[in-house]
Amino acid sequence: MQDTIVAISTKLGVGAISIVRVSGAHAISLVNKVFRGKDLTKVKTHTINYGFINNGKEDLDEVLVTVMRAPKTFTREDVVEINCHGGIATTLSIFELLIEQGARKADRGEFTKRAFLNGRIDLTQAESVMDLIESKTESSRKVALSSLEGSLKKYIQSFRNKLKHVLANIEVNIDYPEYYDIEEVTKEELKEVITDLEKDLQNLVKKSEERQIIKNGIKTIIIGRPNVGKSSILNRFLKEDKAIVTDIEGTTRDIVEGSIIFDGIELSLIDTAGIRETDNLAEKIGVEKSLSLIDKANLIIVVLNSSEELTENDKFILDKVKDKNPIIVLNKNDLKPKLTKDKLDFKHVVSTNTNTLNGIDSLKEEIKNMFKLSEIKEDDYTYLANERQLSLAKQALKSLQDAKVSLEKDAPVDIIEVDLKEVFEILGSITGENYSEELLDELFANFCVGK
Amino acid sequence: MNYEIIVVGGGHAGIEACLASARLNHKTLLVTGNIDNIADMPCNPSIGGPAKGIVVREIDALGGEMAKNTDKSSLQMKMLNTKKGPAVRALRAQADKVIYKKEMLKTLQNQENLDIKEGLVKELIIKDNKVGGVVLEDGEQIESKAVILTTGTYLKGTILVGDKKTKGGPHGEKASNYLSPFLKKLGFNILRLKTGTPPRIEKSSVDFSKMQKELGSSEDITFSYDNTTALAYKYQLPCYLIYTNETTHQIIKDHLNESSMYGGYVEGVGPRYCPSIEDKVVRFSDKERHQLFLEPESIYYDDLYLQGFSTSMPHYVQEQMVHSLAGLENAKILKYAYAIEYDAIDSRQVKPTLETKIIENLYTAGQINGTSGYEEAAGQGLIAGINASLKLENKSPLILKRNESYIGVLIDDLVTKGVKDPYRLLTSRAEYRLLLRDDNANLRLREYGHKIGLIKDAIYDKFLKKKQDIEELTNLLKETKITPKKEINDILIKLNTSPLKDSITLYDLLKRPELSIEDLINFKELNYNKEELKEVEINIKYEGYIKKSMDEAKKMLELEDKAIPEDINYQDIPNIASEAKEKLESIRPITLGQASRISGVNPADIAILSVYLKKRGI
Repeated sequence: MQDTIVAISTKLGVGAISIVRVSGAHAISLVNKVFRGKDLTKVKTHTINYGFINNGKEDLDEVLVTVMRAPKTFTREDVVEINCHGGIATTLSIFELLIEQGARKADRGEFTKRAFLNGRIDLTQAESVMDLIESKTESSRKVALSSLEGSLKKYIQSFRNKLKHVLANIEVNIDYPEYYDIEEVTKEELKEVITDLEKDLQNLVKKSEERQIIKNGIKTIIIGRPNVGKSSILNRFLKEDKAIVTDIEGTTRDIVEGSIIFDGIELSLIDTAGIRETDNLAEKIGVEKSLSLIDKANLIIVVLNSSEELTENDKFILDKVKDKNPIIVLNKNDLKPKLTKDKLDFKHVVSTNTNTLNGIDSLKEEIKNMFKLSEIKEDDYTYLANERQLSLAKQALKSLQDAKVSLEKDAPVDIIEVDLKEVFEILGSITGENYSEELLDELFANFCVGK
Repeated sequence: MNYEIIVVGGGHAGIEACLASARLNHKTLLVTGNIDNIADMPCNPSIGGPAKGIVVREIDALGGEMAKNTDKSSLQMKMLNTKKGPAVRALRAQADKVIYKKEMLKTLQNQENLDIKEGLVKELIIKDNKVGGVVLEDGEQIESKAVILTTGTYLKGTILVGDKKTKGGPHGEKASNYLSPFLKKLGFNILRLKTGTPPRIEKSSVDFSKMQKELGSSEDITFSYDNTTALAYKYQLPCYLIYTNETTHQIIKDHLNESSMYGGYVEGVGPRYCPSIEDKVVRFSDKERHQLFLEPESIYYDDLYLQGFSTSMPHYVQEQMVHSLAGLENAKILKYAYAIEYDAIDSRQVKPTLETKIIENLYTAGQINGTSGYEEAAGQGLIAGINASLKLENKSPLILKRNESYIGVLIDDLVTKGVKDPYRLLTSRAEYRLLLRDDNANLRLREYGHKIGLIKDAIYDKFLKKKQDIEELTNLLKETKITPKKEINDILIKLNTSPLKDSITLYDLLKRPELSIEDLINFKELNYNKEELKEVEINIKYEGYIKKSMDEAKKMLELEDKAIPEDINYQDIPNIASEAKEKLESIRPITLGQASRISGVNPADIAILSVYLKKRGI
C-alpha cells in the first residue's frame, strides 16, 4: 500500500488562492482530522465542501475542500485538495499540519509518478504532465497540453502510416514470392518514401529542438571585452521587462544572472567574465570558463563598442564565436560610430543604444527572428516537447539515413527494410503503439494472398 | 505393455515427437486412427517456402526427420526469393505424397523403441493433475509417463461442402469426438478453427498449352544438411500457373450463399492468410483475376492440386467454377474441395516447453495448438518430443529463443499471444530474420541437437569441421591483402569493379556489392566447398546489418535472461494495472522478456514487475 503524500500544488506567494493536495489511501481521513465542517469521510465523491482547517486550538484558514475518491482521480488514489488563502504563512502551516498528522511530503513529480504507476496515464502523457508542471511560460504550457490531446500522436502516426503500406508490401513480396500480380516494391519507390520521410523527420527534429528552447529558455551569454556595455545591455533587458528575476545557483547549473521573459520566451542570461587574451593565471581561468560557456549556450551575444575600431581582443572573441551564429551588437554611446555593419562578416549584426528606452528593440527583434519566436503564436504544437521523445526521433532519423545509405549501396530491398522497420518501431515507441500485428493486419487487409 | 511416452496422432507433429522420444531411448507408442494415413499431406503437395522452409532446416539441424524425408520424395526443388537478400531466401519442395508417406512409415517402423498402434483416444488417464496414459475408444487403457497430443484436424472434425456437414477428418476418416470434450472438462479452453482445401484435378483432362510452366531451381539443392544427393533438374516436375477470370468470379458471386462460409454454416475461424476463393472474390472485388497453380501430387496417381482455389461450394458449383478456367474447360474433378472445422486448445494454456499448464507431463503440438501447416506442426512436434524426454530424464528443457530460430518465434508467439485464426509462420513475425537464415540453421542449432542426443557424433564432427573451415576462411580473407599493382587492377577492371588506389584485404574487397566470393579466386586459391563460401560471403557482405540485428537481439535478451519464478503471485505486486495482472496471471510468462510481449501488459507494468523481482532478489 502506498503512503499518503501531500504537496503545495500552486506556486507559493503567487495568486490569491493556494492549493494543498493530498493523495493516498488515508487522504480523506487525514484531512478530516483537521477539518471543521462536514464529516469528509461521509461526503460524496467529487464534492466541494466548505469549512475551516483547525489545528486543535484555532482555525488556521477558511477553506474549500474537494474530496475525490479513487479510482476516478488523477492518481487513481483518494485525493483531497484544500483551497486555502494564498498567503505563504497560512499555506505552509496547513501543509505542515498535514505532515504532523502523518502525510509525507511528496517528492517532485510524485503525483504524476503515481498516476503513471497506477495506470492512469501512459508514458507520453506522464511526460507531458511533467512538462506542464515544469513549464514556466504560457507557450510551453500549451506545448505540454497539446501532446496530452494527441495532436502530436496523430502527427507521428501520419509518418508511420507512410511507412506501413510500403513495409507490408515488402513483407508480402517476401512471404508470397510467387504472387506475380502483387507488384514488387522497387528501389525507386523506396527512395521516394525515404526521402519524403527524411524531410519530415528532419523538420520535426529541427522544430522540436527549437521548441525545446520554449521550455528550457534560451541559454544566453553576453560576452565582450571589459567595458563595452555588456552590463548596460543586461540591465536594459532586466529593467524593461521587469519579469521574474531569479537567482538560480546550483552546483550543476551555470550561474544565471537573471531570467527574463519577453513575448512568451524565456531568456536565461548567463554572466561571463570579460574576455581578453591574458597571461595572468587567475584571469586566464575566468576567461577559459567564459569560453567554455560558448559551447553550452543557445544564443551568444557579442557586444562591441561602435565608437572604436576592432581591438585585438574583439578579434580574439569574434574568432572564438565565428561558427556559433552569434548576434553581434554594435553598442553605441553617443559618440560618432567608427565600427559599422559592413566591417563585420557576420549574419546577425544589430545596433543598440542602451541610453534610450527602446535602445535594444533591434536586438530583441533579431532574437525573435533567430528563434522564429513569432511562429510560436501559431497553433502548431506538433513537435516533441521532451528529451526522451526527441532522442527517439533522432534515432529514427538515424535509422532512416542508414536505410538511405543501404539503398545507395544497392542493398536488397529486404535488407533496407530492416532499417525501415526500425524507424516504424521507434516512431511507435514515441506514440506508445508498437505491435508487429499492425503490419500483419495491413498485409492481410490490402493484399490478396493465400494458398 | 507400459510406455514412457505416448504420442496421439500420426501427422507431421506426431511423427517428429515420437521419433525424437524413441531416438532418445524412451519406450514410445504412436497411437493413430489409420496407419495408412501416417505422414499424410491432406492439403498442398509442397513443403517449405518462406519462413516454413527455414523451419524444415531447423528441424534437420536439431535432428528431426522432415528435411530428410522431403529429400527422399521431392518432385521439384525451388529456392525462393533469390533476387532478394540472404535473410529471406527459402527452399520449397514439391513432394510426392505417396512416396512421402511410404518413406516416413518405413522410418517409423525401423525405429527402435517405437511401436505403432491403430486406435482413437477417448480420454486420458489423469492422477493428481498428472497424465498417466490414454484410454482408447474401445476401452483399452495404456499407461505411460507422458502423453503428447498431436491430433491435427481430427478433434470433432467436421467436413463442410455447401450446406452439407459431415463428421469426420480428411479422406473420410473417423473424427475423434470424445477427446476435446474431455480436455474441456480438464479446464482447457476449446477454440473452433476452420481451414480448407481446393479441388484435385485429373491430369489427363487438362489442356496445359493454355498454362504457364513453372520450373524449379536448376542447381542441386537438398533440404537436409546431411544429404548430398539432390533430385536432378531433369527429373523435376513442373507446376503450372493459371488465372481466374470474370466468368469464374460471376459464378462465385451468383452462388455465394450456397457456400458453407457465406451460407452461415461455419462456426470456426478461418485463417487470414489462406482465404477461400470466394473470400478473395468478395474481399478484393476490384481485382480482375486471381492467381492459381496446378501442382503435381504424386507420380503414382493422376491428381493435380489446384492451389489458390480452396472453396466450400457445393459440388455442382465447383464443377462450373473449375470449367471456367483456361485449360480446365474439360477438366475432371477427382476430389472436390471442402472446408474442415476442428477443435483446438488455447495455446496460452501451454508452456514454452509445450507441456500444458493444467496437466503435468501432457504436451500438445501442431494444429491442436492453433497452428496451420506441416512445417509448423513438425517443428512443435520435435520440441514436444524433446522436452517430454528431457523432463523424464530430469534435464532442463529446450526453449529456443526468438533470435535463434523460427521455431522459437513460433512457440513464443503461441504461448504468449495465443491465436485467433490458424497461425502461420511468416518472415515478418521474426524480429531478427537476418540472423534466422536458411543457410545458417545448422550453425544456430546443431549444437543443441548434439547435446540433446539427436545428432550423432559422426555427423556432429562433420559439422564442427565445417564450422572450423568457415572461421579459417574468414581469417584467410582478413589476412590476405592485394596491392594496386597493374595485373591486379587489370583483373578488377575485368570484373567490372573499380581499380585499387591503396592496398586492401580480400575481406574488405568482398564488401563491394558487385563482387562475389567466387571472384576472389582470381587473387587467392580458396579450397572450400560451396556452402562454406556462401556462408562466409553472407557474413562479410552483410556484416553491418547482422551486427545491428545482434545488438537488437542482445537488448531483448537482457529481459529474456530475467526469469520470473514459477510461484510468483501477481496479486502481491501493487501498482500493476489490473488488466495486466489478469493477463500475467493467466499466461504466467517465464521471463520478463516474454511478459513484455503480452498484449495488454504495458512498459510501465514491466518496469514495476522488474523492480519487484529485484527487491525480492531474483
